[in-house]
Amino acid sequence: MLIELGHFALILAFGIAIVQMIVPMIGAHRGNASWMAVAEPAATVQFVLTAFSFAVLTWAFVTSDFSLQLVYLNSHTDKPMIYKITGVWGNHEGSMLLWMVILTLFGACAAWFGDGLPARLRARVLSVQAAIGVAFFAFVLFTSNPFLRLEVPPLNGRDLNPLLQDPGLAFHPPFLYLGYVGLSMSFSFAIAALIEGRVDAAWGRWVRPWTLAAWMFLTVGIALGSWWAYYELGWGGFWFWDPVENASFMPWLIAAALLHSAIVVEKREALKSWTILLAIMAFGFSLLGAFIVRSGVLTSVHAFANDPERGMLILIILAVFLGGALTLFAFRAGSLESKGVFSTVSRESALILNNILLSVSCFVVFIGTIWPLVAEMLFDRTLSVGPPFFDAAFTPFMVALAIALPMGSLLAWKRGNLTRASKSLVGWLVLSVAVAALVYAMQSGNSALGPIGVALGVWVVGGAILDLWLRSGRDGVMGRLRRIGRLPRADWGKATAHIGMGVTIFGIAAMLAWQKEDIRVAQIGDRWNVGQFEFRLDDVNQLQGPNYLTTMADISVWRGTDQFGDLHPEKRFYPVANMPTTEAAILNGFVRDIYVVVGDPQDNGGWAVRVYLKPFANWIWGGAILMALGGCFSLSDRRLRVGAASAKKTTPNAVPAE
Amino acid sequence: MKRLALILMLLGGPVWSVEPSEMLADPALEERARDLSQGLRCPVCRNESIDESNAALAKELRILVRERIAAGDTDDEAVDFLVARYGEFVLLRPTTDGVNIVLWLAAPALLLIALAIGWSTIRAKRDTDEGLSETEKAELEKILRS
Repeated sequence: MLIELGHFALILAFGIAIVQMIVPMIGAHRGNASWMAVAEPAATVQFVLTAFSFAVLTWAFVTSDFSLQLVYLNSHTDKPMIYKITGVWGNHEGSMLLWMVILTLFGACAAWFGDGLPARLRARVLSVQAAIGVAFFAFVLFTSNPFLRLEVPPLNGRDLNPLLQDPGLAFHPPFLYLGYVGLSMSFSFAIAALIEGRVDAAWGRWVRPWTLAAWMFLTVGIALGSWWAYYELGWGGFWFWDPVENASFMPWLIAAALLHSAIVVEKREALKSWTILLAIMAFGFSLLGAFIVRSGVLTSVHAFANDPERGMLILIILAVFLGGALTLFAFRAGSLESKGVFSTVSRESALILNNILLSVSCFVVFIGTIWPLVAEMLFDRTLSVGPPFFDAAFTPFMVALAIALPMGSLLAWKRGNLTRASKSLVGWLVLSVAVAALVYAMQSGNSALGPIGVALGVWVVGGAILDLWLRSGRDGVMGRLRRIGRLPRADWGKATAHIGMGVTIFGIAAMLAWQKEDIRVAQIGDRWNVGQFEFRLDDVNQLQGPNYLTTMADISVWRGTDQFGDLHPEKRFYPVANMPTTEAAILNGFVRDIYVVVGDPQDNGGWAVRVYLKPFANWIWGGAILMALGGCFSLSDRRLRVGAASAKKTTPNAVPAE
Repeated sequence: MKRLALILMLLGGPVWSVEPSEMLADPALEERARDLSQGLRCPVCRNESIDESNAALAKELRILVRERIAAGDTDDEAVDFLVARYGEFVLLRPTTDGVNIVLWLAAPALLLIALAIGWSTIRAKRDTDEGLSETEKAELEKILRS
């Protein structure tokens, strides 16, 4: 009964989305306030109904209601409770429902916090948002319905894929979807602005918090996914340039470009049509990501729900929204005249360079991801595009970005002074090069990767700190520190996010350049050295977990005569899914991770053991967290609060010309 | 016969990426083999190099690469040996042959175009206002004096 209520709520939400798509749009066109007012309660009700149906599905998983086909296929009574809950979105149908909850949540947020928006713009935004909702409600209800019943409920379920039985599943997809779907708000704002035919500073201020929030969630989602892969896949890789990873990375790059260009619209009323185009493309890449993940046209380690028919439908949704948006853009972009003028050397120009580098790097990822498909379909060549291509083709853009960042962020709006900016940066440049030289002299090999990464990291972090320092006036050190403390949160956000970027660059370069690996057969009681550490295989035991069998090794780590830690790598076997997994044991540290994996028993009685020392591994994700934190700071800035615009409602800019 | 024995051995249980028993005694050769196998895709896996993969075929290819290297093949010869058997699908770094040149040159070309467009946008928006005009200066002077 409850299940049917959930199902019915979903259908009802679909109906409401249809109404919300049509009525406010007509109302906005005719200037009919009561028709426009339909949008807000509709958005709220849509969200409440979708959330209810999601809660019902969760309940079915929690109580192991195997009369639901989805629960039967993805759950088991022995599965720990947390994985029963996270299992709701560990499959195609459930994850689509989560996608819908988040989509309607964003729509509802625009209704709740959109008081500052002009009524017409808000009605149009909510109407476009509802149109996206309609497409996906139809997709869920007609092709991926999570509420299908089984005629004869089986006694027990088939269990969730063991790789997904991990805390990573609790956080990674929800954050990722908050990011993907959050970009639908930027898209809705862009379409609404195109329909209105006006983009001004106020529009830039309204659209930026949504983009910032989406980008922040996407950053966290990608970082969590990368961290999950790092500890789960058993050899400590953190990024594989897999199609599905690329699918999340492309919208991230475009959203990062959009964030920066929206600042130009907000502050200087320039780059308007370009910003609109980016907002459209950002969500376009989100949809492309959904297509890649759910159609299975590209082989990926993540592939889930490989169903060409569903893929076809997402492709149609993608074509309609992207095609429609770009057509509208082609007709209207000309009418968006930019006002701001700026000189060749200025913050605006620097941000244009930022946008070029981010967009072209996104294109590199895009072409590399789809090339195998293109080559096979058009040229009959079956080939692969793997990490070596992306490393070679993508990295230069990030290096260029990192080199340009500190310079660009110091330039003034409208007319900058390159000499002044470079004068204040000379010290940092010398320091970066000196540190790199030192590192080069100290490291054992002669790889350039480590030193270059260190130099870029110091350069970017230093540039961000200098940026704060230069804003602190000319008083003594204490006075300047006080002023830094009082700088607007947006300035802190900018510095924190840029520092995060520097930290991530450093972490990636350091880990790739200096990691150590040791593969060997160890007998119980054996000792061996890797780097400065001594490892000892103390014992190997067969144990039983809640829904798996495990072979767990006890390995102690020593530095000199002191015990540094204990590690328990496992090999697990999940009988229901009939699948083995490796569980690496990691000793996390600020300057290094010690990463240990146990393998098969050998013929001569020992065990295969692999040890990795991964220097600065955590800095990679630490940097990503700093980037997201920077987004948080910016978002909490008074000037950017969604409601803050309400104070400016009376300014001529914010009210559409009647 | 050796290959057959190997395959039979592999059927024994779940296997694991690079195993101690596979590794070559000479560290220089082993390092070359590792580098090569990181650039070769496991033909039966989703999207993994033979160096990372747990699949039985990946293990066989790892051993094959090591056999070729131990037999004195150069890196290119060893890779060509695999490409001849499994096609260019195994190359994680696509070649620059034929239409693949588009893949490699698309981004640099787009970068040049984007830079050109960006540059012309910046030039078009250039702030031609080189400061205050004479009358404005005079006016400012007047305000400051008063």
